[in-house]
Amino acid sequence: MGDVYVVGVDMIKFGRFPERTVPELGAEAALMALDDAGLKIQDMQALYCGNLYQSSAMVGQRILQQIGQTGIPVVNTANACATGATAFREAWMSIKADQFDAVLAVGVEQMGKGLLGSATAAKGIPTEGLLGSGTMPAVFAEAGMEHARKYGTTFEQFAKVSVKNHHHSTMNDKAMYQIETPLQEVMGAEMIAYPNTKLMCSVNVDGSAAAVLCSEKKVRELGLMDRAVRVRASALTTDEFTDRGLTMPDVNTCTRRAAAQAYEQAGIGPEDLSLVELHDCFATAEILHYENLGLCEDGKAGELIDAGDTALGGKIPVNVSGGLLSKGHPLGATGIANVYEVCTHLRGRAGKRQVEGARLGMTHVIGLGTACAIHILERAA
Amino acid sequence: MAETLPVVPWLHIEEDGAHWLEGMRCSECGAMFLGHRENCSSCGARGSLKSEKLSETGTLHAFSIVHRSYPGIDVPYISAIVDLDGGGTIKGNIINVEPQPENLSFGMPLRVVFGDALGRKDADGNNYISYFFEPVS
Ligand SMILES: [Zn+2]
Repeated sequence: MGDVYVVGVDMIKFGRFPERTVPELGAEAALMALDDAGLKIQDMQALYCGNLYQSSAMVGQRILQQIGQTGIPVVNTANACATGATAFREAWMSIKADQFDAVLAVGVEQMGKGLLGSATAAKGIPTEGLLGSGTMPAVFAEAGMEHARKYGTTFEQFAKVSVKNHHHSTMNDKAMYQIETPLQEVMGAEMIAYPNTKLMCSVNVDGSAAAVLCSEKKVRELGLMDRAVRVRASALTTDEFTDRGLTMPDVNTCTRRAAAQAYEQAGIGPEDLSLVELHDCFATAEILHYENLGLCEDGKAGELIDAGDTALGGKIPVNVSGGLLSKGHPLGATGIANVYEVCTHLRGRAGKRQVEGARLGMTHVIGLGTACAIHILERAA
Repeated sequence: MAETLPVVPWLHIEEDGAHWLEGMRCSECGAMFLGHRENCSSCGARGSLKSEKLSETGTLHAFSIVHRSYPGIDVPYISAIVDLDGGGTIKGNIINVEPQPENLSFGMPLRVVFGDALGRKDADGNNYISYFFEPVS
């Protein structure tokens, strides 16, 4: 069983495109990834398509109706915020299983603005603001406060995550925003759900990203090893039972389990990583995942952000793309956009935000409900 | 004819007007769940769950103060995760506390109180009883 490689990968600039359709957005990224690999849709043996909000509407097939109806198998995935990563993982697995030599993975989403969800109840009465809050900013605020309870993490430390990620995105043309947000501005922004202010919440945007994956044999046959990125690990976990988990979503246990599996598969440890794109859906979440992914010891995440270790140029740069906080978070596209970011660094093409000498990178996403996906990618050439 | 109904199925309203919260505990592994279920998702045991009355005292595990919510929902409010004494974790609003972080401390003792669900009614005009938390003074 040979390795699987990414030979083409790209994403559109994230933004708001209400005049365009989901298949159009997906098709654009698909063609960009094919162009990056120098391949055609006729070279693809299967399509794995991640999209959440139209998960019953055959988005993958509708993408092929835009770029080439070759009759290949299409699998549409939906796995909350792990949707795109799940499509990528299915693509990886199909090659691992020796079914195909060249496949396409696409992630795409079109989002509304503002808070996800609504206060309408199918039956009975709405429980939002009655039985606490089910809004995402509050759920992740509570997860952050659990960390504050254990380790004394401060509002300011959580806010610093946003300062860093917004700074990173000033170097990323494909990010939704390119604006610096100083600490006072982050902490002084409208409070959404304490301790998450508006600038500590990810941005709802439209977006798409795509990757072409090939078997080792195919990469050699096509002569694409110079641009290839090796997939060293792929892990997917769910919410194992924990005492509070059915009341308070536990994003820690599933991440730790996925990280342990991924490190074992790759035969490496966190100290070997050059960069990480992790699921900063809210600033509070990034702090938790420093420890969950083993980037620091338990209880040291606050010190890690204070020391600047996770900023570009630091010991282990995290979310140099700007992260979901500033690049934007189009749910189904996010997982593959993370793969794009890490591959871009491994190929030395990240321009101003390049992590020098990047050799190994990790992507991480969490979809509440819950699904956690982690990939480890390595420069092949 | 409008009725008074519980906000969640595991809040019970007795004929005499008394209220209680129901949990189910796995007799195999001890895991606690809210409300009725057949099987234990902690250990996988089938038919191992026994009903019990949940405690009406507990401690504050984690919280957020919500300043922006869905349209039509009054803010701010305190969303709290509360560990009940004797097992079970439930989520709800803390009332009778000004919603500011300095008024809340991890581990602070809270009690469960029952009351009208903030005037919310369903499409048939039924009233609802909810549970809330307030500090034990
Ligand atoms: Zn059990």
